[in-house]
Amino acid sequence: MPVISYIEAVTLAIKEEMERDDKVFVLGEDVGARGGVFRATSGLYEQFGETRVIDTPLAESAIVGVGIGAAMYGMRPIAEIQFADFIMPAVNQIVSEAARIRYRSNNDWNCPMVIRAPYGGGIHGALYHSQSVEAMFACIPGLKIVMPSTPYDVKGLLKAAIRDNDPVLFFEHKRAYRLIKGEVPLEDYTLPIGKADIKRNGQDITVITYGLAVHFALQAAEKLAEDGISAHVLDLRTVYPLDKAAIIEAAKKTGKVLLVTEDNKEGSILSEVAAIIAEYCLFDLDAPIQRLAGPDIPAMPYAPTMEKFFMINPDKLERAMRDLAEF
Amino acid sequence: MTTEITMPQLGESVTEGTISRWLVKPGDKVNKYDPIAEVMTDKVNAEIPSSYTGTIKDLIVSVDETVEVGRVICTINVEETVPVASNTSVLDREPAALQPAEIGQKKRYSPAVLRIASEYNIDLALVRGTGRGGRITRKDLQLLLESGTILKESNSRLVQMKRDETVLNKDLQADQVPTAASIAREIEIPVAGVRKVIAAKMVKSKQEVPHAWTMVEVDVTNLVNLRKRLKDRFKQTEGFPLTFFPFFIKAVVEALKDFPQLNSMWTDDKIIQKKDIHISIAVATEDALYVPVIKHADEKTIKGLAREIHELAAKVRNKSITSSDMQDGTFTINNTGTFGSILSAPIINFPQAAILTVEAIVKRPVIIENEAIAIRHMVNLCLSLDHRVLDGLICGRFLARVKENLQSITIGNTPLY
Repeated sequence: MPVISYIEAVTLAIKEEMERDDKVFVLGEDVGARGGVFRATSGLYEQFGETRVIDTPLAESAIVGVGIGAAMYGMRPIAEIQFADFIMPAVNQIVSEAARIRYRSNNDWNCPMVIRAPYGGGIHGALYHSQSVEAMFACIPGLKIVMPSTPYDVKGLLKAAIRDNDPVLFFEHKRAYRLIKGEVPLEDYTLPIGKADIKRNGQDITVITYGLAVHFALQAAEKLAEDGISAHVLDLRTVYPLDKAAIIEAAKKTGKVLLVTEDNKEGSILSEVAAIIAEYCLFDLDAPIQRLAGPDIPAMPYAPTMEKFFMINPDKLERAMRDLAEF
Repeated sequence: MTTEITMPQLGESVTEGTISRWLVKPGDKVNKYDPIAEVMTDKVNAEIPSSYTGTIKDLIVSVDETVEVGRVICTINVEETVPVASNTSVLDREPAALQPAEIGQKKRYSPAVLRIASEYNIDLALVRGTGRGGRITRKDLQLLLESGTILKESNSRLVQMKRDETVLNKDLQADQVPTAASIAREIEIPVAGVRKVIAAKMVKSKQEVPHAWTMVEVDVTNLVNLRKRLKDRFKQTEGFPLTFFPFFIKAVVEALKDFPQLNSMWTDDKIIQKKDIHISIAVATEDALYVPVIKHADEKTIKGLAREIHELAAKVRNKSITSSDMQDGTFTINNTGTFGSILSAPIINFPQAAILTVEAIVKRPVIIENEAIAIRHMVNLCLSLDHRVLDGLICGRFLARVKENLQSITIGNTPLY
């Protein structure tokens, strides 16, 4: 199996789906000749031409709106929002239109569209290039939000998202793009949306997280293993709707749960995960549910020291995990 | 001083770079910001500036090698000392919920621990906790269950049971369950009501409170003489008897005012000293023991105390005592001398800090001043104390004060009213 980077898995998934299905097309800012600012659509313009890899104006509302219209007519658009931070002008299209078309039309219409957007910090991107926006959409029935952590999951889940008959927000961690590499099969495969994945088996504490933080948790778990602390790591993969069964099982497994996100703490995905555990796992809990997250300040700062303060990292996870293990 | 130069971050999302050319070699002198290498990333090609002025020592990464951001690429001998980067950990916030309770977690059970303990009938008092502050963790119980050693409730004795050793199990049960033959020779008295409450209170006090014990002997000849002179007239005028007990209560209460440490109680994180002095007194019936309370005993005269003792004892005898009569005591005095006892080790009336017994007054030969031997009326006062709250020194002083109060009783300075 070839080892490829996270972003190469994105490109590969799109390429394979475009080869497989003529209805799949890409639109977004600089996705064409430039191949995307992160090079996620690199080579697609050359292979599929300007009718299937479409450069758009700097108008996110239009990118998503055009996508919705095309999707309703049977196309399978992949809309790229250059940075997740820029998705705000398109929120009305996503929430009021894409998410509700099936419900509003009593199943007559649907919207098989993927909206891809790089999110996340730790790359000196400051306020407009570092945010996590998933929590804003994780309360909108009709949407699905996928946030993979590994190249293998990226390929399988992006293909599943493209083939899904309803709108999927596909958030890719931009720091993971070239940092994370992994084995990805050459053959066609999909992974189920809405299913979490156990990334490490352990007995003492459970870490539930998603995205880049999964790797932080795995690194911290390695260090803790040297001290005889065994950590169980659950990767949510889909943050909306949540995989309740997997969350409950993972929480019950150790009774000590640490939830991790790099988003602001209050109202984050973690809040809902914590509520599920509180509802279903009271008699298995051996410690208060812990959350490690970004502070409740408006956005990722630019100064490296302050960015480090804001961002979670393996050291912070290790400390929180050790603290929980010792409780 | 040798320091390191690392691969810088050369753009958003760039996590690694390839050295395409070194612009310096070991031994070269460079100034701060001088380019030292050319780096290629998938976004940009750039020159890496030196972070310091100094002499290049070693080139660690070779040409065409790709390294991640933050990896050391070369070392440099720096001329001036470099200010050490401040420790950023002060900025890192710790998750707070787990922090404050460091001590005394032994009895704070999580829902998981309580559930497992009840499912497997484990007596948590016998389990050693490995969590923070001695907390019993879910894992402690799981390991216990896996080891096959179950700590069960059995009069606080530790009973080990191996799951597969049923023979041992049967033997154990045979020890505990009375056989049919023995039952005929025994009377079973169901434990209920007051007896049950007494039992629970005594167990709690004796198990939880570290008792210490001390005793003084007091010469109460003066008191005996005083009472002998006053008791008949008192009975006539007041209609109830004048016993020794109110004098002892008075002497103790006066001492409590001087040593309020004994008029206190223990809670897990603090000692509460009571300003009000409410004296619990023990009143026995045939089958039980009641502890009614004389409220504000420090505000009462000998006569007032005598009347209250009389009334409370009457209430106990005719079973009209109510729970409000027995509440809020801050210190207990037990008149064990009425049974003829000359020595007792009382159990503290939880949650009070101490209990004092007044033993029987007996005539004994005593050496008094001038090396003379005299027949004196002597009494022992025994004190059990909660050693968490009190130490020997303060209790010794307290008892000395009670003794002094009692021995200084004379007809002239001890008013009844």
